[in-house]
Amino acid sequence: MAATRNASPAAAEVDEAAAEPVIRRGFLPRIAIGDLKLAPTIAAVCLLVIVVAALLAPLIAPYDPIAMNPMERLAPSSATHLFGTDAYGRDVFSRTLYGAQVSLIVGLGAAFVAVLVGLPLGLFAGFFRWLDAILMRIMDGLMAIPAVLLAIAIVSLAGSSLWTVLIAITIPEIPRVVRLVRSVVLSAREEPYVEAAIAVGSSLPKIMWRHLMPNTFAPLIVQGTYVCASAILTEAILSFLGAGIGTETPSWGNIMSEGRLYFQIKPGLIFWPGLFLSLCILSINILGDTARDVMDPRLGKKREA
Amino acid sequence: MSFFAKASAFKPTGLVRLALLASVVAFSGLGAGPVMAQEIRAVMHSGIRVLDPVITTAHITRNHGYMIYDTLLGMDENLKPQPQMADWSVSDDKLTYTFTLRDGLKWTDGTPVTSADAVASLKRWGERDGGAQLLFKYLESLEAKDDKSFVMTLSQPFSYAIELMAKPSGLPTFIMPQKVAETPSGEAITDYTGSGPFKFVEAEFEPGVRAVYEKNEDYVPRDEPPSWTAGGKVVKVDKVTWVVMPDAQTAVNAINSGEIDYLEQTPTDLLPLLASNPDLTVMTLTDLGYQTMGRLNWLYPPFDKVEIRRAAMAALGQDPILAALVGNPDYQSKCGTMYGCNTPYATEVGDELIMKGPQPEVAKKMLEDAGYDGTPIVLMQPTDVGSVAPQPVVAAQLLRQAGFTVDMQPMDWQTLVTRRASQSPVAEGGWNMFFTNWIIPEVWSPINNPMLNGGGKEAAWFGWPDDPQLDEMRVKFAAAESEEERKTIAADIQKHAYEVVNYIPVGEYKIPTTISNKLSGIVKMPVPVFWNVEKSE
Amino acid sequence: MLAYIARRILASVPVLVVVALFVFLLLRLTPGDPAAIIAGDMATPEQLDRIRTSLGLNEPLVTQFVTWSGQLLSGDFGRSLISRTPVLTLIGQRLEPTLSLALMTMLFTLVLSIPMGVIAAWRHGSLTDNAVMAISVLGFSIPVFVTGYILIQLFAIDLRLFPVQGFRSIGDGLGPFLARIVLPALTLATIYIALIARMTRAAMLNVLDEDYIRTARAKGLSERIVLFRHALRNAAVPILTVIGTGFALMISGVVVTESVFNIPGLGRLTVDAILARDYPVIQALILLTSGIYVVINLLIDISYAFMDPRIRY
Repeated sequence: MAATRNASPAAAEVDEAAAEPVIRRGFLPRIAIGDLKLAPTIAAVCLLVIVVAALLAPLIAPYDPIAMNPMERLAPSSATHLFGTDAYGRDVFSRTLYGAQVSLIVGLGAAFVAVLVGLPLGLFAGFFRWLDAILMRIMDGLMAIPAVLLAIAIVSLAGSSLWTVLIAITIPEIPRVVRLVRSVVLSAREEPYVEAAIAVGSSLPKIMWRHLMPNTFAPLIVQGTYVCASAILTEAILSFLGAGIGTETPSWGNIMSEGRLYFQIKPGLIFWPGLFLSLCILSINILGDTARDVMDPRLGKKREA
Repeated sequence: MSFFAKASAFKPTGLVRLALLASVVAFSGLGAGPVMAQEIRAVMHSGIRVLDPVITTAHITRNHGYMIYDTLLGMDENLKPQPQMADWSVSDDKLTYTFTLRDGLKWTDGTPVTSADAVASLKRWGERDGGAQLLFKYLESLEAKDDKSFVMTLSQPFSYAIELMAKPSGLPTFIMPQKVAETPSGEAITDYTGSGPFKFVEAEFEPGVRAVYEKNEDYVPRDEPPSWTAGGKVVKVDKVTWVVMPDAQTAVNAINSGEIDYLEQTPTDLLPLLASNPDLTVMTLTDLGYQTMGRLNWLYPPFDKVEIRRAAMAALGQDPILAALVGNPDYQSKCGTMYGCNTPYATEVGDELIMKGPQPEVAKKMLEDAGYDGTPIVLMQPTDVGSVAPQPVVAAQLLRQAGFTVDMQPMDWQTLVTRRASQSPVAEGGWNMFFTNWIIPEVWSPINNPMLNGGGKEAAWFGWPDDPQLDEMRVKFAAAESEEERKTIAADIQKHAYEVVNYIPVGEYKIPTTISNKLSGIVKMPVPVFWNVEKSE
Repeated sequence: MLAYIARRILASVPVLVVVALFVFLLLRLTPGDPAAIIAGDMATPEQLDRIRTSLGLNEPLVTQFVTWSGQLLSGDFGRSLISRTPVLTLIGQRLEPTLSLALMTMLFTLVLSIPMGVIAAWRHGSLTDNAVMAISVLGFSIPVFVTGYILIQLFAIDLRLFPVQGFRSIGDGLGPFLARIVLPALTLATIYIALIARMTRAAMLNVLDEDYIRTARAKGLSERIVLFRHALRNAAVPILTVIGTGFALMISGVVVTESVFNIPGLGRLTVDAILARDYPVIQALILLTSGIYVVINLLIDISYAFMDPRIRY
């Protein structure tokens, strides 16, 4: 433990994995119906429903999510408008369905991009000592800037499209991925088989590709779920702070944020998208925990922010 | 609201009760004995950050100006200029104005207000205010005659000068000490010495959070009863505290539970939450509400073509925009005049296109005839300010229905404010269209109305119409001899402005103010002021 | 030990330089015009230019950076472009509310989450354990502002136990202070409780397997002493780490909580400053939060040595 910590002194990068319970040592990933536990099953079903709803939104949604009808604003839940209408008279049910698309794009996109960028950086940082020092100082710097503030700054400076919001949410996640990959590489390169590969002069790409990278997959998948959940939540927070995606692209975050003025008179505007958002994040978190337990009990990298 | 009354909302138990007791004991030990000062706690529409009412025209800073400064002239509820700090006389040739300061005017540092102070303040005002810039083009001299009087000489008659100097909003003629008023107009003042009814408590100022004003004991009010900004500004409380609550719902809850006494702007949608509270009164402070309007950028396609600007006007309509913005017939009204309904120059001339809208088919035809090539319109949409967020959202839908390609770009209001100042092409950070609101006194004449300025890239308001004909007409208005003549010219200006689509008024609305029944004597006018207000406990 | 601390402090300097440079460039290379924000609705291009010149915004970027760094090195953080108030005064005004919120949150968190985690680990696999885990995952899954609104509706509006908004300095008395800080601190604590309860549980599970715990139990020590004195002490390192890394999480929560409860703290100051392009204020605040982040993590690293004698530097 002390070795890991000293290797990256500036931010307390403690190998939280070491603190994880070693209750399932030797447990092999085996997927059989009988092994499925209740919570992960429910979570998987929930998530599946949300994903399907998002994909089929154009077919299921009874209304165009941005078609407004100011004369019918703030209507209560009814047969015509399942979740009622918002301040522009738009159908909240349709918006919530379409919002699932955006929230999932943000979540998955952030996880994917963070891994895509963080993985090579982490591999290089873990392998080349000279690069490590520079790269990790930059990562420390990025990590030291509170993620939400950085995101607000980027969005308010670069405009609030879906893509800027995605980038703004992803950038603060990258250092965490880099740190994770780097710590895996650092411990992996001490392994005899890697040292042997270096000794026999295997090419660098080969060492990285064959020996180092596979070690990072399990923790990255787990980390990815946390990034995904956190990104969906951050999108909602950015909307709340007025730096989210515009109203013509409904997201759970901006539906809630536009509805917050009416929380006391029309709580549905926050309740419905909020319910979907919480269910979605809850499911992703539970699946992430399950994945961590199943894949490697020693890799319990926690979500940090 | 007293401190102990607030604490009573919290029911202490056990340990907390003990702690509470200890703190109460500690307090009485400090001798917090005397009668609580009369304090009004008001939630204003936004936080005050800029303290110079000349460098900015932000309403909150103007309101601050009315607290701590006095104005040279005032305007009464009949829209007639009245003496406030000074009385005036005009020479027969209409070229010489003599102003005489009244007795008893004193700065908060104890020194008397002199005509040199007034002259310096007017000069700074003249560099900044749109109407004043026009006036100062004809300024021959502005000089102190003696300590109490000063003279303004013009090169040609400008009969609107007095109305301009008496206007209640935009940039009123706040008078500052000479050394403060000599600060360049592009630089904010840092000395807040005033001669107004209140004193600014600098030590308690927290930008964007709180501003505190104490009664100015040395202020000598006029004898007349208060009427708008004219008459006696008699302060009847010890202290006024402005607090900021960015979340409107929080503010509504706060006034409902008695934590504040005055809520300047209450979202109409939340009025039901206040309806059952017998301790509160909901009112509008003025019959002249707000004008909401859209402005097009004349510099770049497609709105560099007048035909396409006209098509945009035909595509828009006041009803749907007002419904989304206000959604309450009691607080919204269609209005076709650029000068605001129920004002002296209000006229219907030229308003057919906007009043009949939305007419998507008509607009479509106009677009076709104009050869619109589908150039997307960058429409800026502020996401964080409720009074300007809905207009572009509705407008986008209406414009699309008429065949426009609309690229609605969401952004926070402050970003919009910086971006609308950009004269770059649209692709390089420019824009095509945005919406904002004015209080009626800011648009009620061709001189006051900031949009009715044809000065192009150098001098016009955002959107920069280059329209010399408009400027000529404005000059004629300013020099008009009679009220009748003014009305005729104002109508001509509006007709012309609608023809070239200077801007598009999309309706009027009012914002209810919620006031605790402990307060009485509110002066009803378009600017919230705190003189004459009494508070009973 | 001292050498280590000195080395760590030195190592944090480049981090802060990276932060400063990054923030400066991010702010200045993107469009935005404080002059337009200051001037308000009525302004002509020529007037805006005059304001820009007086604020020094027309200077070349390099000159602006050199000026700013020079001031910074002499301890001068400059003045707000908008209100012309010294940046340090602004921060000073907002420090107490945020600090109060953060400390109360921490207090709630520690008092609730550590026992939750310890008990969950102790009763591993039981209903209690599952309940604790469920609550903690839930804590992550609800946006802070929703939690805040629900608490306001319940405790301030329906039950009228607390004022709906605002902040009072502790100098005004403990009662008014507590009345206004409890709900926001509780709101913010939900995420933090979730995080730390999970970490405590995990760390405890790891430790409870160890030989010395068995020994302690065998010696006949009471379960409470075994759990809280022996096990928790040894599980402290990862818990402390999470408290440190959770600081970043807390900042984002603070920003939101302050808006919901109308607390005039640093979070709102930062958001307002970013929206208003108030460059000197943003730069100082980001440096400040980054600095605090670095310091907290430094303190935590140092405290490892005290908490866990096995760690040597």
